[in-house]
Amino acid sequence: MQRIFKILFFLLILNTNFANSISAENTSKLLTTDWSFKGPFGKFDRASLQRGYQVYNEVCASCHSLKYVSYRNLSEKGGPEFSVKEAKAIAASFEITDGPNQDGEMFTRPAKLSDKFVMPYSNEEEAKSANGGAYPPDMSVLVKARAGGADYIYSVLLGYVDPPENIKLDDGVYYNKYMYGNKIKMPKQLSDGLVEYSDGTNATEEQMAKDVVSFLMWTAEPHLEQRHKTGFRAIVYLIILTVLVYYSMKKIWSRVETNV
Amino acid sequence: MSDHNYTPSSKFGKWFNDRLPLLTLANHLTDYPTPKNLNYWWTFGGILTFCLITQIITGLVLAMHYIAHADLAFSSVEHIMRDVNYGWLIRYIHANGASMFFLAVYIHIFRSLFYGSYKAPREIIWILGIMIYLLMMAAAFMGYVLPWGQMSFWGATVITNLFSAIPLVGESITTWLWGGYSVDNPTLTRFFTLHYLIPFLILGLVVLHIWALHVPGNNNPVGIDIQKPSKDTVPFHPYIVIKDLFALLLFMIVFAFFVFYSPNILGHADNYIEANPLVTPAHIVPEWYLLPFYAILRSIPDKLLGVVAMLSAIFILAALPWLDTSKVRSAVFRPLYKQFYWILVIDVLILGYVGAMPAEGLYLLIARVATAYYFLHFLLILPILGKIEKTTPLPLSITSPVLGGSTDLAMAKNTDVRKEKL
Repeated sequence: MQRIFKILFFLLILNTNFANSISAENTSKLLTTDWSFKGPFGKFDRASLQRGYQVYNEVCASCHSLKYVSYRNLSEKGGPEFSVKEAKAIAASFEITDGPNQDGEMFTRPAKLSDKFVMPYSNEEEAKSANGGAYPPDMSVLVKARAGGADYIYSVLLGYVDPPENIKLDDGVYYNKYMYGNKIKMPKQLSDGLVEYSDGTNATEEQMAKDVVSFLMWTAEPHLEQRHKTGFRAIVYLIILTVLVYYSMKKIWSRVETNV
Repeated sequence: MSDHNYTPSSKFGKWFNDRLPLLTLANHLTDYPTPKNLNYWWTFGGILTFCLITQIITGLVLAMHYIAHADLAFSSVEHIMRDVNYGWLIRYIHANGASMFFLAVYIHIFRSLFYGSYKAPREIIWILGIMIYLLMMAAAFMGYVLPWGQMSFWGATVITNLFSAIPLVGESITTWLWGGYSVDNPTLTRFFTLHYLIPFLILGLVVLHIWALHVPGNNNPVGIDIQKPSKDTVPFHPYIVIKDLFALLLFMIVFAFFVFYSPNILGHADNYIEANPLVTPAHIVPEWYLLPFYAILRSIPDKLLGVVAMLSAIFILAALPWLDTSKVRSAVFRPLYKQFYWILVIDVLILGYVGAMPAEGLYLLIARVATAYYFLHFLLILPILGKIEKTTPLPLSITSPVLGGSTDLAMAKNTDVRKEKL
C-alpha cells in the first residue's frame, strides 16, 4: 500500500512538473501574474472578467472575433456573471444581420442573448485586407491555442520593446519580445489609461492585460470553475472509495497466506 | 476448475444452460484459477478493459454531437465544450482517456516483456495483443484527426503521405485513402467512420485475447507453471476482482487529475487552431504515445525504408516468442536479460524523447543509434542471450520459496499440468 502511494505521489508530481515544463516551453522568461484561475481551486475573479470584457469590447473587438461565444454566456454562472439585464443590454448594443424575412430580404436587428458575438469582419479576406495581410485570429480559444497559455498572451500584450539594432522591420511589422519569431503585425494596443474602468480600478497597462487575458481564459474554458469543483469532489470520492476497497481487499486476502 | 461438472441450481437455469451455457461461462469466469502471486503489474488487463469501455461510452455520446464535416467539425467540438451538458467532461475524458489507454497498454506490454508472458504456451495471446495495439494506434490516430485542428490536419497529411512511399502504386493508394488529391472532407468522413468501427474490432479481439488467456491460464512473476492448482491459485472472484478494482481506483485517481486539472497537457496547443491547408505548423508532432515510432521513421534517410523500419518495429514484436530463445520466462531468474530489459526501456524512452524534437543534428544521431539498438535487442541480443545466459535456480512452485526447480518446470510440462487443472 505504501509503495503504491509512493508511486501515485510520484506520478502526480510528474504530472504537475510536466505541466509546468510544457507551459514554460516557449522560453522560461514569459511574464506572469497572480492568475486567480490557476491551481486546483482556481476561480475566476468576476470583477476582472467584467473589466476584461470591457477591454475586449473597446480595444480588441474591432479586429478580433469571438465567434464561439454567445451574449447569453456573459450572464452564465462561472463567467463574468453580468446580470441578465446587463447582458441583454450588451447584446442589444450590437446590430446583426438576420433573415431572410417574408419578402426574401435580409435585415438588421439588435442582437439577442441567444446570438453569437458579432464579428468585426464578414470574412477572413476582409479581415486580412483591413490588417495589412495578417489575419487577426479568432480569440474564443486563443489561450488554449498557444503554448504558454495565459502567460504567453499576457507577455505578448506587454512585450512591445524597441527592436535590437540588427533587426530591420518592414512597414506594419512590430517587434515583440515574446511573440514567436519576435515579429508581429499587431501594433502595441495597451497604454495606461486607455480605457476608463467603470468600477474605478486604475487602468494601467498590466491591469488591462491581466483583465483581458482572464476574460480570454474564460472564453476558452467557460466551464473551468465547474471543472475544478467537480474534479475536487470526484477525487475525494475516489480516494475514500479506494481506502474502503483497500481494506476490503485486505480482509478478503487474509483468507489466504499470500500478501497483497 | 469445476467448469465441466457445473450445474445451475434452479430448474430454469438448468433448462437455459443446456441450450446456451451462459451460466457455465459465468461460473468459469468467477472460478477461473489465478496464480496467488500475481503482483500489481498484472492489474493492467482489467484497467485496459475499463479504458476500452470508457472510450466506447464517451465516444458514443460525443458522436451524437460531433459533425464530421471539414467546415463544421472544429465548431461542433467547440459546441460540445460549451453548450452540451457536461460536454467538456465527456470530451476531456475521451481525449485524456486515449493517453491513459496507451499508458496502461505500455505498462501491460512491458510487464509481458519482463516476465516472459509471450512465451509458450501463450504466443497466441501475445499476437492478439499486438493486433489490438496496432488497432489502438490506428483508432487513436484517426481520433486525433476528428477535431480538425492544425495538428489533426497536418498529422493526417504526414501519416497518409507515408503510403506514397510504396513503389509504383504509392501515389494511387494515397489518393484513394484521401478520397481526393489532398486531406479534405472525404478523408475526414472516412476517418470518422473507421474511428467508430475500430473500437468494436478491438472489443472482439479483446474477447479472443481473454479466451486465449483462459486456456493456459495466467503467467506469474516467477514464470513457472502452476504445480497444484489447489495450493497455487485463488479463484478469480473475489480475490482478483477486488485487487483489480483497487488498482483501477488508483489508476482512476491519476486519470481524474489529468481530466480535471490539466486536460490539455497531453495534447498540442496547435490543435485549438482550426485546420488550415495553407499554413503549416512549425513542428508537426504526433501524440506522445506514437513518438518512439515517429523517431524510428525519421531516423532513416530514405522515405520507403523509414516506413519499413517503423512497421518492422511493431511487427518484430509479433515474432518475439520465437526470437527469445530462453527457456526461463521471468526476468527475475535471468540476470543478464534483466539488464538488457532495462536498457530497452530506456532506449524506447529516448526514442520517444527525440521523436518530439526536430530531426536534426544531435537529435537525429541519437535517434539513429536508438533505432539501431531497438532492432539489435530483438534480432541479436535476445536470440543469443537465451543460449549463453546462465539463469539462477527456479523455485519448486510459485508458493514455495524453496529453490531447486529446473527449467523443465517452467516449460514443456504444460500439457500435463493443464490436464490436472481440468
